[in-house]
Amino acid sequence: MAHHNPWPDEGNTGHIWDEDIRELDNPPPLWWMLSFYAGFIMIIFYTLYYPVIPLTDKMGGFTKGLTDWTQINEYNDDYKVLKDWRVAKFADKEEKLASMSVADILKDDELKSYAVATSKMLFGDYCAACHGAGGAGNPNFPVLADDDWLWGGKANQIQASITNGRVGNMPARGMMGNLTDEDIDHVTDYVVALSEGKGNDAQYAAGKAVFAKGMCLACHGPTGKPLAPAGAANLTDQVWRFSSDREEIKNVITYGVNVKKNGEYIKGTRQAIMPAFKERLPNPEVNIKRLAVYVHELGGGQ
Amino acid sequence: MSENKKELYRDNGQTGSVLHEFDSSNKNLENIGVEILPVHTSGTVHAKRIDGKFRTVKWIIAAFWLSLFLGPYLRWDGHQAILWDLANRQFHIFGLTILPQDIWILAMILLFFALLLAASTAVAGRLWCGYFCFHTVWTDVFTWIEEKLEGQPNKRIKLDEAPVSLEKLKIKIPKHLIWLAIGLLTSFSFVAYFTDAYDLWGRLFKLEWGGVETTIILALGVATYFFAGWLREQTCIGFCPYARIQGAMIDTQTVVPTYDQERGEPRGRMKRVKPGEEAPQLGDCIDCNLCVAVCPTGVDIRLGQQFGCITCGLCIDACDSVMEKIKKPKGLVRYASLAEFAGKKLPPVWKRPRVIVYGGIMAFAAAAMIYGLATMSPIDVKALHERSPLFVQMSDGNIQNKWTVKIVNKGAEPMEAQISVVGPEGLTYQADKIVHIQPGNVGSTTLLVKIPRKQLTDTNVPVTIKVVDLNNPAIREDYQSVFIGPKPR
Repeated sequence: MAHHNPWPDEGNTGHIWDEDIRELDNPPPLWWMLSFYAGFIMIIFYTLYYPVIPLTDKMGGFTKGLTDWTQINEYNDDYKVLKDWRVAKFADKEEKLASMSVADILKDDELKSYAVATSKMLFGDYCAACHGAGGAGNPNFPVLADDDWLWGGKANQIQASITNGRVGNMPARGMMGNLTDEDIDHVTDYVVALSEGKGNDAQYAAGKAVFAKGMCLACHGPTGKPLAPAGAANLTDQVWRFSSDREEIKNVITYGVNVKKNGEYIKGTRQAIMPAFKERLPNPEVNIKRLAVYVHELGGGQ
Repeated sequence: MSENKKELYRDNGQTGSVLHEFDSSNKNLENIGVEILPVHTSGTVHAKRIDGKFRTVKWIIAAFWLSLFLGPYLRWDGHQAILWDLANRQFHIFGLTILPQDIWILAMILLFFALLLAASTAVAGRLWCGYFCFHTVWTDVFTWIEEKLEGQPNKRIKLDEAPVSLEKLKIKIPKHLIWLAIGLLTSFSFVAYFTDAYDLWGRLFKLEWGGVETTIILALGVATYFFAGWLREQTCIGFCPYARIQGAMIDTQTVVPTYDQERGEPRGRMKRVKPGEEAPQLGDCIDCNLCVAVCPTGVDIRLGQQFGCITCGLCIDACDSVMEKIKKPKGLVRYASLAEFAGKKLPPVWKRPRVIVYGGIMAFAAAAMIYGLATMSPIDVKALHERSPLFVQMSDGNIQNKWTVKIVNKGAEPMEAQISVVGPEGLTYQADKIVHIQPGNVGSTTLLVKIPRKQLTDTNVPVTIKVVDLNNPAIREDYQSVFIGPKPR
């Protein structure tokens, strides 16, 4: 760096390299500098107003700022505004849901749409884990979008199922537990034939006899169709409660559903339990009705 | 630093801005033959106003913009004739209502005008900038007001330079207030196209404007004042992309205001010839600089076509008035193309490739627009297939699919939409209800369709969902969808 400055009037800083490369003192415009300094003043404001300085947990985690502002507080305030608005806007509809019966709600188009629209999240949270999104079902868990109902597909029956839950019950090896392996083979063939509408064919006579011997008809009905919905599957239709696979059907007949011995489930038995939702759902009086309407409208309500 | 040393060390001016000393232009650009034309950078351009043919044309075209202020007050069938009703997602243009479903027609209108801009530029330069552009027109009106209040350009320059005084404020404050008022009226009129204009006036006096309205009117109003009053030609030269885009769309066949160099040069003032002296051989340009004085962007047209030129033709007016006085033929500066000056004949407009291509696209856009408006259906049907479950096995052996059918009533009468479904043999359907839809609204219902499993030849079987308006059976629409089932056995 040369100390000799050949350009004293140019406004350079006196820093000159390689004979002629020099640093000029060209300050930014005044307005620019003023906003630059204003930025520093803003730091004071920020520090006072916002949570800025991290502290130890004992000291409160961070400085609180003048108005105790945090992002989550602001979010919660905004959310409260939205929620209050929502509650006020739909108060009359919620009132009606609480006071009307499910059957009446189904008759009211507007109320029905409202119940369906407000159920989607509840269904996702409480029902879809087993019954699948949209009631599509899962292996071993019933499809809700079809028209086959073990416990009845009327709105009030669906409401009862959700409220108190349902526990399936089918004894192993017939009602008296007296079916031999050969009997089970015969009756399995008969049950598959029933579903295909061929139950009366002569070749399934042996199975038909076992159906009577094992007292299957007590629950499933003399023709394979239950007389009233009480949890027994309709064997004459094309919907299978568990599986249409022959081996699986045989397993169900052999080990039953929810069969217990000394308080323990026996090996191989189907466990099919729907818990009671009156204790599980928030605000159950209204939400159970809402969900009953939703399930009824999935595609197969009666 | 002394002058000679500056010469020695900063001869290329590379440590300063090119605009700062434009005579010492960038060597590299100069090497490749690019000439950097001067840009007016020293303060406001105060252009002289003179009468003439193009001046008249400019006023007539500017009057077109009065329709912006008057448009919102037109009524049609009890509603505002032109209303962009964003809240209800409806665009009303006189008797026509356009819903978002038909917005592509609007896109065609935009395409048409975008290409019109390109085509007009190819034929006659920046017609948009010179005559139609709202910035040009507003600036023109603002400077006209300035001239009425402050006087001719020399007076204005003096006033600008004068120190602040009561006399100066007496002139300046009314001017700015009038400018602001025009700006706010402009933004008010703009907003009035998006809401009921009379209602907007009514709510102004009751101080009931919403936050969005207030913000837009204030911001746009101040922006109009700032752009047309303060920035003026700087917008055209420095901000507006058209300045560069349109310049690039001009070719040698484009007619733009051009100075006839052959006729004009060498330029010089006419002098009385003293006896015994030979008269200098001068061109027709007497170097009066009137063409520069009247230019609203402060360019010198005699340097040739340049990006600062918005081709407004005011220099032609100026030059013609001078030619008239000195009894020379008009047209020293005139609308002409470079090809003409090179002695070539211009092909007819419709034989130029650019015009043909632009015109073709414009014709396409216009045809699509007319087709769209002519066939605009008053009903729009969308059927959304349930995604979970895609299909359901029913107990009687049928497969069931579920749709949510949404029907838009784009007409003016209430609609009673009935749904039916056509598909493979054995198909049965159950629509939730007949949908009642008010004009401009959307109705929605659930549709269940069952097909016997043995009829399903594929996992996807086409079905047609038909919707008909019972109030007016001519209104119907079919929606093609697919029925989804299990793999055929």
